[in-house]
Amino acid sequence: MSRSAAVGSGGIAGIDSTALKAALRRAERSQNLHALALVAPLLLFLALNFVLPIGSMLLRSIQDPELTTTLPETAVLLRGLEGGVIPNDYITSVFVTELRQTRDSGALSAVANRLNYDINGFRTLLFRTARQLGEATTPGTLDELVRIDPRWGQRETWAALQHASGPYTSFYLLAAIDRRLTADGSIVTTPAQQAVFIDVFKRTFGISAVVTVLCLVLAYPVSYLLATVSPRIGNLLMILVLLPFWTSVLVRTTAWMVLLQREGIVNGILRSAEVISDPIQLVHNRIGVYIAMTYVLLPFMVLPLYGVMKGISPLPVRAALSLGASPFTTFRRIYLPQTLPGVTAGCLLVFILAIGFYITPALVGGAGDQLISYFIAFYTNQTLNWGMAAALGLVLLAVTLLLYGVYTKLTATSSLRWR
Amino acid sequence: MTNEPRVHGFAIIGMLALSALIGPRAEARDLTVTAWGGASQAAAQKAYFKPFTAKTGIKLQEDSWSGGIGVLRTKVQGGNASWDVVQVEVDDLMLGCEEGLFEKLDWSRLGGKDRFIAPAVSDCGVGAVVWANALGYDLDRLKDGPKSWADFWDLKKFPGKRGMRKGAKYTLEIALLADGVKPQDVYKVLATPEGVDRAFKKLDVLKPSIIWWTNASQVPEMLASGEVIMSVGTPGRLLAANKNDKKNFKVVWDGNLYSIDHWVILKGSPNKEQALELVSFMTRPENQKQLPSLIPLGVTNKEAIAQADPQALANTASNPENTKNAVNINATFWVENADQLNQRYNAWAAK
Repeated sequence: MSRSAAVGSGGIAGIDSTALKAALRRAERSQNLHALALVAPLLLFLALNFVLPIGSMLLRSIQDPELTTTLPETAVLLRGLEGGVIPNDYITSVFVTELRQTRDSGALSAVANRLNYDINGFRTLLFRTARQLGEATTPGTLDELVRIDPRWGQRETWAALQHASGPYTSFYLLAAIDRRLTADGSIVTTPAQQAVFIDVFKRTFGISAVVTVLCLVLAYPVSYLLATVSPRIGNLLMILVLLPFWTSVLVRTTAWMVLLQREGIVNGILRSAEVISDPIQLVHNRIGVYIAMTYVLLPFMVLPLYGVMKGISPLPVRAALSLGASPFTTFRRIYLPQTLPGVTAGCLLVFILAIGFYITPALVGGAGDQLISYFIAFYTNQTLNWGMAAALGLVLLAVTLLLYGVYTKLTATSSLRWR
Repeated sequence: MTNEPRVHGFAIIGMLALSALIGPRAEARDLTVTAWGGASQAAAQKAYFKPFTAKTGIKLQEDSWSGGIGVLRTKVQGGNASWDVVQVEVDDLMLGCEEGLFEKLDWSRLGGKDRFIAPAVSDCGVGAVVWANALGYDLDRLKDGPKSWADFWDLKKFPGKRGMRKGAKYTLEIALLADGVKPQDVYKVLATPEGVDRAFKKLDVLKPSIIWWTNASQVPEMLASGEVIMSVGTPGRLLAANKNDKKNFKVVWDGNLYSIDHWVILKGSPNKEQALELVSFMTRPENQKQLPSLIPLGVTNKEAIAQADPQALANTASNPENTKNAVNINATFWVENADQLNQRYNAWAAK
């Protein structure tokens, strides 16, 4: 804006307009540089602590380093091989030589674990084969391998090795959406007994959506109350909203476990009021997850709603009412549209936070109520299958970004713009 | 000109970041022993760690962990392990020994292999404690309680929720035991696809009544609050709750699953000599026999078993009565099949 104004008046003082433009550009550039220098520490911090680790973690979902580092020549040879073919004696002899070396250096475990992800039992197969190969005198022919274990004569065995020959793999990403590669390279769905992640992703987004709606329904009247009562009472109520906000999620979730359990306070009150005769199951199931997650996330809905409602003038509502609109019409056509920026911001905040929830469902949910983060933690900490954890994280990130894109498209006109 | 101080600042930040990356170099440190924390480590401290320092004058640092081969890999392969002696589970013992994460033990220093019960002996580790997973319930709530895993499945006779450990391990074994498989045949059956189907089919029946726990410390709480009427749990914790919190928990030893934790020495330990001395000290009968009186856990030295307070030992897996009809958890099986069975368990539990 300032530039066009300056350019517009450029010629008047008789100064060469190009020189002026250049000077202006210089000034702007130095200003930009100053601004950049001010945010540089933050950018550096974000790059070092956010982009770099997350990026490198996500990269793990497509990397396949085990075979290329422990059996490098075999990996190269297998990569050159046509899909689903049993290799010739030259390749097997290289494989056998490298297998002996790896066995002697004690590095076989990593590659055995990797192959065991693909075919159950590969771990023992590899260790047994390595043990029985003995010293360098035995020939490394395919027949010799088949003699040790007939599985070496199967295409599936070699296909698993070939799929793991790196340096990049689709194995983890396919597994994250319940798919796998067959020996001849086509993609098939995982058998029903082993398929879990599609269901879990659906559940994650489903539970998050329900929690978001529950939060909105509960928070809307509360925010309205907060925004309209006298400041004295309003502040007091605000403290009630914020107090749990400042308490650890772990503490609050544990508190719900105490409240909701079989002989807990809620069941106790319901029974003494003779609403129910036998205690009802409120925890370790979906009900518990909805209650606790809605409770934990409620402030994230209240605060944006309150912020927007506080700024809404009461006059248009009064005008509408005095002009004969019914209260419902007034609400629907005058008040509600004005609160939409708060609603969209609150819903987005709650939904995004909800899909990443881990500790609350882990504590108050049953085995069938765990969200995707539970499985990411499971693969990260317990089985150390970081490729799988990264792949699940990547799929979650991708679906979330997609939903976010759709959401901003749908709500583009009203909110989420810098105002 | 004005940019200069800022550049200076960045240089400092850069150097700090670099120095954080490089980290402090290894230096001589005290012997460090790592166990599982909580009540069991407190008992080990009393029985082993304190007397060891008192007797030998060797300073001893303590740390605690909750298992996982990844932790050990990072420690050893990082080249700057801060632990020397670690208490590990059998699966981690096997994996770590295969991967060369542990020093091979000099058994002559421990008095020879035949002084220990057979499953406590291996190249890289010596048995530390014998623990178990068994059926537990509250006598105050169930006067005439369950006697076996078959009773655990009997929802008519014992209505109410059951607590089980979240995961395939232990759960599948218990399902097969409840289905009438003999303890010695459990892994034979589980190694076949039909056996796995059979276990999950048995679990289907109980599924709506199971509450899954993740940490054994939840079990006494869940039993005490009536959240579950009976549960899979570690006898040590249940009996400790009887002693400390005046509970009335009962442990059914029939069909329990037991295993042994081992002491190992991390590869490349700068205190290898002292570490071996500590392991030798902790497995001597006169020291090991103290442990069962402090916490209801079994021990591994044959003489220690003979000399320990029989009353204390009666409530552990070291009591031969308690392992008569029991399953020795097969670590080899789980190292091989954990990926597949956990995946199937997760899929099953999610439905």
